[in-house]
Amino acid sequence: MKIPFEKLDKAFENRLRLQIMSVLVANDRYDFNSLKELLETTDGNLASHLKGLEKEEYIVVHKAFLGRKPNTTYESTEKGKKAFKDHLDALEQLIKQQKTT
Amino acid sequence: MEEKEIQNELASIRNLMERSSKFISLSGLSGILAGIYALIGAALAYNIIYNYTTLPERGYVDNGAQATGLFFSSSYRMLEWKLIAIAFVVLVLSILTGVILSLRKAKRKGQPIWGKTSRSMLFYMATPLFTGGFLILIFIYRGHYSIVAPASLIFYGLSLVGASNFTYNDIRFLGLCDIILGLVTRLRFAILGDWFWCAAYCVWQRNVL
Repeated sequence: MKIPFEKLDKAFENRLRLQIMSVLVANDRYDFNSLKELLETTDGNLASHLKGLEKEEYIVVHKAFLGRKPNTTYESTEKGKKAFKDHLDALEQLIKQQKTT
Repeated sequence: MEEKEIQNELASIRNLMERSSKFISLSGLSGILAGIYALIGAALAYNIIYNYTTLPERGYVDNGAQATGLFFSSSYRMLEWKLIAIAFVVLVLSILTGVILSLRKAKRKGQPIWGKTSRSMLFYMATPLFTGGFLILIFIYRGHYSIVAPASLIFYGLSLVGASNFTYNDIRFLGLCDIILGLVTRLRFAILGDWFWCAAYCVWQRNVL
């Protein structure tokens, strides 16, 4: 039985990346600090994975200022949403196949 | 990847999507308690009004800007203040209970009480609520008392519909029912009718929550 592991998105191999993506798919925009609080992670860890997702063009970054404080928000792109959906479909497929074997 | 692992992953994604977009720490118990406070307050107000007024006087007196309406004529001044005091106590108690119990629930659910979701929810709730509140104050000031009860139901309903995008979906139906009730109450003019509606609505609403 062939298991479609290759359909799983490499960009989502990391758990935190998949979590970030699920938050950004469910919401129009999300800011850095709220993400950090929600995912209970560190600045550096979160920033590096956001960079990774940005490189894949799955998310876009909006930099703005609230008064003097920088307020960075993130938004998922169409490409990112599609990739996320495909990844979930592939996971579902995996479960189905394992049940039949 | 193990099947169990994948299923855990999917469950955590669903949980995260919900937790990130909805404030799910609203306490249901605080809603019930707020309803009980409101019922007690309504019973008190009912008593006060009926001790104050003789039978033929019962009912709303809308006097426009003449400032001699039910609450504005001197003999009813005290009544007006008593009713406002009851409403204020009920409001403060309800908010306090809601905040304290939701704080506890938020801690249990691992959701920040003052985060993105609760802020969005409060904003979309507060906009129609404060609009309605100020409009009702204007109505009271101008002596249009009969519009106060339905207007408060209607604006409360609107604020619930707005807030429902950021919390439990049931709140939306609650809001719609409030709006309909608010529109329907005006079909009944007697004060008794309003208290009846108030009680029915409170009991029903808390049951839903």
